[in-house]
Order: sequence, then C-alpha cells, then structure tokens
Amino acid sequence: MKPLINSLPETVFTTKVDDLLNWGRASSQWYMLFGLACCAIELMQTGGPRADLDRFGAVPRATPRQSDLMIVAGTLTYKMAKRTKLLYDQMPDPKYVISMGSCSNCGGLFQLAYSVCKGVDKIVPVDVYVPGCPPRPEALTEGLLRIQDKMMRERWLVKSNPPTEAAAGA
Amino acid sequence: MNDIVQEQDTGFYTEDMTISVGPQHPSTHGVLRFVVKTDGEVIGEAIPDVGYLHRSIEKIGEKVTWHGYVPYTDRADYLAAMFANQVFCMAAEKLSGTPVTRRGEFCRVIACELNRLASHLISVGTFGQDIGAMTPFVHALRERETINNLMEEICGARLTYNYIRIGGVGYDILPETCARIAAFLDHFEPIVEEFNRLLSENKIFIERLAGVSVISKEDALQYNLVGPNLRGSGLKWDIRRDIPYSVYPELEFEIPVGTGHIGTVGDSFDRYWVRIRELQESCKIIRQCLKMLPAGPAISKVPRKFKPPAGECYVRVEAPRGDMGFYVISDGSEYPYRVRIRTGSYTAMSIIDKLSKGIMLADLIVLIGSLDVDAPEIDR
Amino acid sequence: MEPAEIFSRLEKQFSGKVSDFKGDVPEPYFLAESEAIVEICRFLRDDADLKFEVLSDQTAVDWPKEEKIQLVYHLYSYTCRHQTVFKVNLPRDNPKIGTVEDIWKVANWFEREIFDLFGVIFEGHSDLRRILLPEDWEGFPLRKDYIEQEEYDGISTQRAPLVEKLLR
Repeated sequence: MKPLINSLPETVFTTKVDDLLNWGRASSQWYMLFGLACCAIELMQTGGPRADLDRFGAVPRATPRQSDLMIVAGTLTYKMAKRTKLLYDQMPDPKYVISMGSCSNCGGLFQLAYSVCKGVDKIVPVDVYVPGCPPRPEALTEGLLRIQDKMMRERWLVKSNPPTEAAAGA
Repeated sequence: MNDIVQEQDTGFYTEDMTISVGPQHPSTHGVLRFVVKTDGEVIGEAIPDVGYLHRSIEKIGEKVTWHGYVPYTDRADYLAAMFANQVFCMAAEKLSGTPVTRRGEFCRVIACELNRLASHLISVGTFGQDIGAMTPFVHALRERETINNLMEEICGARLTYNYIRIGGVGYDILPETCARIAAFLDHFEPIVEEFNRLLSENKIFIERLAGVSVISKEDALQYNLVGPNLRGSGLKWDIRRDIPYSVYPELEFEIPVGTGHIGTVGDSFDRYWVRIRELQESCKIIRQCLKMLPAGPAISKVPRKFKPPAGECYVRVEAPRGDMGFYVISDGSEYPYRVRIRTGSYTAMSIIDKLSKGIMLADLIVLIGSLDVDAPEIDR
Repeated sequence: MEPAEIFSRLEKQFSGKVSDFKGDVPEPYFLAESEAIVEICRFLRDDADLKFEVLSDQTAVDWPKEEKIQLVYHLYSYTCRHQTVFKVNLPRDNPKIGTVEDIWKVANWFEREIFDLFGVIFEGHSDLRRILLPEDWEGFPLRKDYIEQEEYDGISTQRAPLVEKLLR
C-alpha cells in the first residue's frame, strides 16, 4: 500500500475522532445563568460587549436542561443548597462546574456567617475554581479556557484510557 | 379522561395551578422566589419567598471591628456599594464626633453619583431585558464598563469598592481621573437621549408599562416605599434635599417626580421615567463637584483602634433604591454592639402581595422590574 | 416639632404609659409600655399635629445582661418633617407584644423578620412565620447566646482550614 504521508490534497484534513468531538464540545459551552450575588454582575459584564464570552461560543441559557456548564457565581446559603443540587442533577451529562468567586470557593468573607454554606463543593463537584471578589472578566475567561483544556484531554473511544465517571454510569 | 373531553364541548377547561417562579431565573434581580397561584394567565395571588441570599451581615457586625466592617457594607447592596459604605461611615462619625475633610466630602459625592449612574443603568437595562428588549441592555452594559474603569482608577475595584472610610475616603482622586470623568460625562449625556429613543419612546414598551400596577400615594406611605418608587407616585421627597447631609445643600439639582404624562400617576412607567431623569440629574451633580473640588487631605486622622463612646444613632442616605438607613449601637468597645440595615427593597417586596391580585403573569414581571428590587438588599 | 414637645404631647394623652425621655443624646428617645403600644401608635399616626404616616423602621436589640429584648420603633412624618424614636422593653424569656400591622401595613414584614431572628411573638399578626431563614431552622440567630448548629440538612457547617501548617 502506498504510504499516506504527503499524498492527500489540501482540502482534506485528518484528526482523531476524540479530538473532533472534544473540539466541538469545547467550542460551544452553553453555561447556565446561576448568578446568585455580586459575582453575577461580573458574569453579566463578562458576557457583555468588552470581555465577550460569546466569541468562545459560550452563550447563556436560562434552563439547566440545555446547558453543559454551571457557573456558580455568588454566595451559596443553606436555603439555596438543596435547589443547587436539584439544578445540577437536571443538567445532562457530561457537565462541568466553575466555582466563581471566593464565596462559592470556600465561603469567602462570609465564613463568620451562620447561614452561608462554606463552599459549593460541599454540594456539587467542582472542576475549576476562579478566585477573586469578584473576579475580573479576564479571570473568568481564563477559567473557561481551563475547562476547554480539560475537555480536550478527555478520551471517549480509546479503550485503554477509562472514560470519566459521568459517562461510565450511562 | 372523559370528563375533560366533555368539558371541552361546553366551554374552555382551565385549572388553577400553583407554580414557583424562581429562585433560579433569567432576570437579574437576584435569587427571589414567588409562589404564584394562577389559572395560566391571570394571577390569583403571588406570594414572595425571600431569604435565599441571607448572608447574616447584621450578625457579622458584632464580630468584626468598625474599620473592618466597611467591606461587608459593600455587599449589603452590591449595585450601590458606595452608598452603604457612606452611611455606615456617617454613623460611626456621628457617634464619635470625627470630622470629615472638605475634599473628602466632595470625593464621596463624586463617587456616589457615579455609582448611582451605574446602578440606574443596570436597573433600566435589565428592565428592558425582562420585557424582551435585549439591545438596550447591551448598550447599558457598555456604558457601565467605562464607569467600572473610572471606579478602578479611583479606588482599585470594579464592583465592591471599600472606598469610603471613617473620616473621609480611602484614596484621593487625581487630576487625570477628573479629566477622564468629565470626558465620560460629555460622551454619556447624548447616550441617554439615544436610550430614550430606543426604549422610552418605543410604542411597545409604553403599552407594556403605562397604567400597569398603579400605586397610590396612600399605599406608598402605608407600605413605606422610598426612593424612585415614592417619587413615581407623586410625592416629592428626596433625602438629599429634605434631610440634607454631606455637601448636597451647596449643589443645584432637580428632583424628578412622576407626573403621569404617559399613563396614570404612580404606574410603572412613572417609576421608570424617574430613574431615567435621575441619570441626567446625576451628571449635573458630578460636573458641579468636579468644578468645586477643593485642595486638602482626603481623610482626617482616625485611630486604628476605633472606639466610639457608647450610644446609638440612625443615619440615612438617598441610595438608588431609596433611603438606606443604618441604626448602629455602640457600647464603647472595638466592635459594634448592633448594626441594623434598613433598605428600600425590603419594604418594596411587601407590596407585591397586594398589587399582584388580578394582574396577568407578564405584568408581574413588569411590576418587579419597575419596583427595582434587589436580592442582597432584601435578604442582607 | 422638637422631640421634647412630642414627648410632652404623648405624656398628656397616655400618662404612665410613656416615660424616661432621654433628650441629651444624638437621637432622643423615650420608653413605652408594651400593653399600650397599639393605642400609642394609632394616636401618633392620626393626631393632627403629629401625623406620623410612615413607620421608618422596626427592629430589636438583645441585652442579655439586663435580661431584656428591646424593640425600637423609628417613625417619620413627611408632612410635618419630624421624627420620633421610642423603645419597648420585653422580658427575654417570653417576649410578646401586640402587632401594629393594622396601623402601618409595612409592619407585617418587619415583625416577621424580628420573629425570625429574635423569637418575639406578635399577637394578632396575620402570618407569623420565618421569612429569611429556612422553615425548619432551629434557634434565633441574632440573640447574643446563639450557638451555630453542627450541620444543616446533611451539610456540615465547618470547613477545614485550607493551609494546615506552613512548613518552614
């Protein structure tokens, strides 16, 4: 068989199926608007004209059924914790969570409070933590790019690397 | 199954349902929840359910020092953080008799009025977005980016400022920043006209707002509405004019009042129109302050361990959502004894139960947007 | 009207029920009896010279050393441009008082918050239940002797410090 190196015309490109799938998923992360407090305003500004999240393909969706990324922006209280778990469970697999701001990372400056849950990772598993109070739009964009890197590293069809736990259950 | 088919022969079969609007929803008033009893279009009752953002800011006031409490006041209303800072510092100064430098007072007014512009831009922008007009929202966000840049030059932060300290302000406003503020105001005043053409004079917007949810003056007083909600119902009351504080007596500005030129006095359009006019008045105030800014220190000397004598006081300022009052009790130690925050949005929520009987589901969104309620102010 | 004049007006009408006017502090106030609170408030709102149309604020302060919970009422009048502040002392182990909801409707939400955070019962209130905290919360947080519970709904309230020990 003739070797394939340097033989195909320019209109054909080759890649692995895993990379193609991951590139499609990473370039269109639809995030659920889960803005709770002050970080929600910075989330809105990040989606706004200057630091545009839409250029990465990330559009805001209001419902969890159509989103694959949940950006927990703001302080989580105990009253809201049950609803957060419910919304996380309603998202379809594979799903990712960005914890934006100090309040959802670890309770933030409200660690002295009696009604604040000290970190959203007590309720849902978090993939990327973005520090700041509130984080600048550039910081949140960096968090989104880290999720993209995480997505590109995942393997679906190759048997030697086990898939992530979320897909293994399916 | 057979019953439903039979009903459809004679009339339209509807059923009353109790649905929950929120706490996660695409409007930006924060985490609020309404338990709505409706038959699909007309609301029987809409009961607000709040407390999803209760961060116990009042209790934390008893655990941190006076200086250390100022960042917590930022989060009491993050869209109007400067005003909360100012009212707490005014309370501490009144208890201890600390004077504020004259340059510090003018810097406070400039920062506060810029914050009022930012807050009203979010308020009218998200109001349009809730109704369905996406474009004015993005225009408002663009203008707000420039204000955030100016705030970052003044104090280093974009949203929660921690700028106004006991005795003055944290950092001085430099002359280059003053020039940039003046240039921004020159650019911003025509934008308000453009906003009016896009939104306020839009026939669809007027039809959605005019005559909807009229609040009479008596109701406004019974339910203690403040700020643009009270002025929209026809009562000309503004803390800056009627219980003056800081350097507002030396500044000239008008108080816009709802007149019912489109619709009735006290409807949603009046409350919205008062906010648009306040954008223009704030620009005038900032221009006067920039001209009158005196030389001198920005903050007076305050001891690091701040211990005001035992006593109490109640101070209020005119925040964008109405009169925000702090009731502070000191017992002579480094930590306050009790801090009580009284905000305009808390009382505005209490009127929704009464006004929502008999309106349509879409009008409930207009009512919430026109009252400009804000989750951190309600729950603190 | 000055605070002293307002107090003397009230003393003439309700002698024995109002007392202890403190006039030399930045915010003058007086004390009122908890049994007469509804009549005093109705008089303050309806009298032609006083005309307090607005209940600016209604809050509570816990004084454990003096075994009392003190309710504070701030009233304001837009027509006469004066304000008044009065306080009511309630016993700490059984704080009960009548509601002023019929006089100013905004007291509905103020009293619910005081019940939620301090445990004061308002007799005659139409809907006294928790407003800011979850329905099944135990305890009244703004009291000075409140101890935070270990866990709520399966979520632990403590968080281990992120940096255990710096090895130098």
